[in-house]
Amino acid sequence: MRLEYFQMIDQVLELDLEGRTMKTANLVPEESPIFEGHFPGHPLLPGVLLIEIMAQSCGMLLLRLHEFDRMAFLASVEKAKLRTFVTPGQTIEIEATLLHDGSGYGRLAAKGRIEGKLVCDAELTLKTMPFPAPELRGYLLSTAERIRMPMAAPAGEAAAAGDGAPALDGATPEEPASCAELGKLSHV
Amino acid sequence: MSSTFDTVANIIAETCDIPRENITPESHAIDDLGIDSLDFLDIAFAIDKAFGIKLPLEQWTQEVNDGKATTEQYFVLKNLCARIDELIAAKSA
Repeated sequence: MRLEYFQMIDQVLELDLEGRTMKTANLVPEESPIFEGHFPGHPLLPGVLLIEIMAQSCGMLLLRLHEFDRMAFLASVEKAKLRTFVTPGQTIEIEATLLHDGSGYGRLAAKGRIEGKLVCDAELTLKTMPFPAPELRGYLLSTAERIRMPMAAPAGEAAAAGDGAPALDGATPEEPASCAELGKLSHV
Repeated sequence: MSSTFDTVANIIAETCDIPRENITPESHAIDDLGIDSLDFLDIAFAIDKAFGIKLPLEQWTQEVNDGKATTEQYFVLKNLCARIDELIAAKSA
């Protein structure tokens, strides 16, 4: 996670296209200027950034389900609960689920857990629209590659891609089948 | 139509905190009730869920922007309900 660049997701752990769910790992950095102000002597991940982490996982799921043909923007947050303090060094696992794929919007649920314990949850509405800039699509495709988003595999294989997914310990995952394709697309 | 209207009116009243008695079949969602695009997303979600349909909001918006339709055709509630009934009928056909 690079807080100052709003790069929240470190890795996709599971993707189930049929079930329309995705799990991500999000490691809170040990150090960041944000913790100098929030708070001195008691560093905490700001609650708004927990919302952002949930929004990004939901957004990446929605983009993946739409084959990255549209951008998703956060429109509303409902039923948000920030249940406990989140501190540097902790890994938040977000489970995002698409509840409804509407026309021009998606409604999603997100739950965040640390070591299995629920720390945050919310329902989010994301508006979808054509990419307003081509470089934005390229950036998101390169982000998908960075976070090891399964891309080209058929739904059945993609669903199994999460089994035995490595933790954030430097273990080498299998290369997503679509990396080469992503490399091309990111320069569109 | 009447039961469709009642469901839609109740959704609008609850979602936008508008008194139910102010919502009539002749009401224009935008011009009369002051519903903005974000609130309309919540309404669309509730309508989609209640009727098991998918309101084609993007298509409607495009048609209005292209001058092929007026907002009255889709956002006056009696017309909106007629569109909903058509979508329900198309689903069961």
